[in-house]
Amino acid sequence: MTHDTEYNFAYLDEQTKRMIRRAILKGLAVPGYQVPFASREMPMPYGWGTGGVQVSAAVLMPQDTFKVIDQGADDTTNAVSIRSFFQRTAGVRTTTATSDASVIQTRHRIPEERLTEDQILVYQVPIPEPLRFLEPRESETRKMHSLEEYGLMHVKLYEDISRHGHIATSYAYPVKVEERYVMDPSPIPKFDNPKLGNMPAIQLFGAGREQRIYALPPYTSVISLDFEDHPFEASKADHPCGLCGAIDSYLDEVITDDQGGRLFVCSDTDYCENRRNAGHKGKDAA
Amino acid sequence: MIPLLSVQGISKYYGAHIGCKDVSFDLYPGEVMGIVGESGSGKSTLLNCLAGHLPPDEGQVVFDTRTDGPRDTVTMSEPERRMLGRTDWAFVHQHARDGLRMGVSAGGNVGERLMAVGERNYGDIRGKATDWLERVEIDASRVDDRPITFSGGMQQRLQIARNLVTGPRLVFMDEPTGGLDVSVQARLLDLIRGLVRDMGLSAIMVTHDLAVVRLLADRLMVMKSGRVVEAGLTDQVLDDPQHAYSQLLVSSVLQV
Repeated sequence: MTHDTEYNFAYLDEQTKRMIRRAILKGLAVPGYQVPFASREMPMPYGWGTGGVQVSAAVLMPQDTFKVIDQGADDTTNAVSIRSFFQRTAGVRTTTATSDASVIQTRHRIPEERLTEDQILVYQVPIPEPLRFLEPRESETRKMHSLEEYGLMHVKLYEDISRHGHIATSYAYPVKVEERYVMDPSPIPKFDNPKLGNMPAIQLFGAGREQRIYALPPYTSVISLDFEDHPFEASKADHPCGLCGAIDSYLDEVITDDQGGRLFVCSDTDYCENRRNAGHKGKDAA
Repeated sequence: MIPLLSVQGISKYYGAHIGCKDVSFDLYPGEVMGIVGESGSGKSTLLNCLAGHLPPDEGQVVFDTRTDGPRDTVTMSEPERRMLGRTDWAFVHQHARDGLRMGVSAGGNVGERLMAVGERNYGDIRGKATDWLERVEIDASRVDDRPITFSGGMQQRLQIARNLVTGPRLVFMDEPTGGLDVSVQARLLDLIRGLVRDMGLSAIMVTHDLAVVRLLADRLMVMKSGRVVEAGLTDQVLDDPQHAYSQLLVSSVLQV
């Protein structure tokens, strides 16, 4: 797609980007704290990543290389349309290779490949408030954050164990940041939770409809909440990838026919592709 | 002996209207104080001021804390006050729905206060929750049921269990038996009386039911138009009321 110069660089005007950058800086200064910001209407529906797009627009530079992940994949609707949006409005280079990207916007996944200090990972967040479904009053949850009253978060985990025998929360698993704020890591699978902590890249979280930005600076301590007798476990499907044979990556289950046939493949398409190019082969590879 | 709670000159105004005016009393450990009066007499306003839910306009509420001795809870910082609210204090609402989380299981409701003060062992929390359900006469097999499936009386007992699990020293009760039928009321009163005596609790109980205070309260305050018009031992006030309004109140009770 060609660069459309009718727009300001990366769609948003400079004052808006400045406002968002201030919120980002505040978020980085207070890791895990939800900073309110004046979220703008974006040319896409709420729930499609309006928060992530605004954060990306604020951090993108003309020399950046941009990658978009949707559930680990580079080729799904959300990923393709956001990628072309910034191609058109910012004219930045885009890529599907994790290691080539300097800004990565993601929905529901953290790349398998370890990120570096030169990269920024931007998350799309539907509901930034981890206490939302336990305490509907926003005034009350804000007070609970400021007074560090997080007993309620464990009530949710307690309910999980009492109903299912184990902590059944498998995505958007609550974490505690730097021993202070409880944070919703956006709906990433809990398999990705251990990658949040001590990550060399900057992690930014944007919630457009809810008008909140929060952030994790590099090498931040992030602990998943649990009970002493029911410790946190980063779970995944117990199979190797059918295409590349990887045993350490998060897998999607794909139904292949109506005879019960199924295929487990890496959800991170770039990771899978790299492995296959390097000669790894899974049992279902053609 | 130091009073557990010493209330001095508490006033609360709603604009020009008086909520409660110049209320003072001392409550000693193990004592149950009843507050009676008609609707709109300022009972609930007073109770909410004492429990830190409403900021009073004048006066002091001095509570004998475990660690630092007597402290004015009106001027103490909000985190400290909220900490008291989930450790040494308990608040039983008239409507169990106000005091329970209806979407969370009975065990989770009881365990919430434990988790709020830092318990992180599932087995222990569940054990204590089950134990408390039995103490308030709820079958342990219902530990995973939501309070929405409970009857009104059971909900009220669950609310009491949830409040007492951290071993508070002072319980605020706002018409704990309101809206329950008489036989359920009687069982609940019996239960509360047993718990108060066993645990050596102090309690402040707001009610308009004189039978309830007769059973539970050691001392009684009668309120009218935001002011305390008469105070004394329960039997003394009920059997020999001095103030005209107390006399009216006592004589209004239907004799069956």
